[in-house]
Amino acid sequence: MNRVFRSIVRHGFPDTNRNRSLAVFTNFFLHIHPVKARLRAIRLTQTWYLGGLSAATFFILTVTGILLMFYYHPSVPRAYEDMKDLEFVVSAGVFLRNLHRWSAHMMVALVLLHMIRVFFAGAYRPPREFNWVIGVMLLLGTVLLSYTGYLLPWDQLAFWAVTVGTNMADAVPVIGGDIKFLMLGGNGVNENALLRFYVLHCVVLPAALLVGIAVHVWRVRKDGGIYLKKPESNE
Amino acid sequence: MALIDDLAEATPQLELDRRKALGLLGSGALALAGLGTSIVGVQYLWPNVLFEEDKRYKIGRPEDIPVGQVVVLPREKIYLVHLNEGFAAITAVCTHLGCMTRYESEERRFFCPCHGSVYDLEGNVTGGPAPKKLPRFQVVVDKGVLMIDASKVMDPDFVLKV
Repeated sequence: MNRVFRSIVRHGFPDTNRNRSLAVFTNFFLHIHPVKARLRAIRLTQTWYLGGLSAATFFILTVTGILLMFYYHPSVPRAYEDMKDLEFVVSAGVFLRNLHRWSAHMMVALVLLHMIRVFFAGAYRPPREFNWVIGVMLLLGTVLLSYTGYLLPWDQLAFWAVTVGTNMADAVPVIGGDIKFLMLGGNGVNENALLRFYVLHCVVLPAALLVGIAVHVWRVRKDGGIYLKKPESNE
Repeated sequence: MALIDDLAEATPQLELDRRKALGLLGSGALALAGLGTSIVGVQYLWPNVLFEEDKRYKIGRPEDIPVGQVVVLPREKIYLVHLNEGFAAITAVCTHLGCMTRYESEERRFFCPCHGSVYDLEGNVTGGPAPKKLPRFQVVVDKGVLMIDASKVMDPDFVLKV
């Protein structure tokens, strides 16, 4: 093997258990996996791969979202027309917009199914309780991303959905009015609100979610991979 | 009588040692800086100047609006209703979750399309999930012209007698 390849891949051909292990934990992208996984753990029916699929939809949403950002201006005169241009003028724009939209729906569904799977498997039990809490935060982040993305097309549905949503915040006792004012950056759904939701949707929430996912997966790995019932128990 | 061995008893830690004192001072300073940053952060996100429109609207001469008429102001989101008692400037924004209601002239009512709240022409709730009646704004006659000030919410039965 030549020196350049050796400097990148620092283990031998994965034909022994040792080299197979090295292949996983010397690789940045694979090291989220535990070095050793049980066959039971990687069976489809064990997890239905719901966590991984949630992460996959997040990846699709990041890529399509960045591509949509090349055409979209978060301003009142342009937002709606840019959205229409993406649908009718931009090459493959309608494909990317719909991919973003359907992936967003899928992500919410997959995260919920993942949560249900984890609950019924009992995988939230010690020592994994705090990872369940992180999971709930990730669910909240997913829902907030859907909600902030809802305003960006700047059509009637977007406008009234966010009017209704911020009025729910308004109903919080004592500080509700201030929360609504801060969310919108004003007294109504206008250009400040659009810009605020755009920044939250494109920067703040995805960054927070990425950190949360990293911690979530890291903790699974540190607990020895996904939760498995003891084979002899009748649980 | 048993003697108490003073040396064997643990000395109560009443004084702070240097490490603990500096630790407390450090975390106190950090907490204070965190609090300050949060306050300034909220202040930064709180807009001081808003480019929102003036909330005072000139409507027209009161003698041109007969009793029983509803003047719909869709852009201003206000109904100017000439009730028997006088003029009432009633908001068109539903008290449930802030949608825009519409005036239905045949039924003589305001209807919210979002969740089906219904109000009569005085703004009282007659159906649907709305929790309270529609608030009223200040109405004055200025040089013979009716003026609504939507920044001033009056009591729920406020009318202007002309």
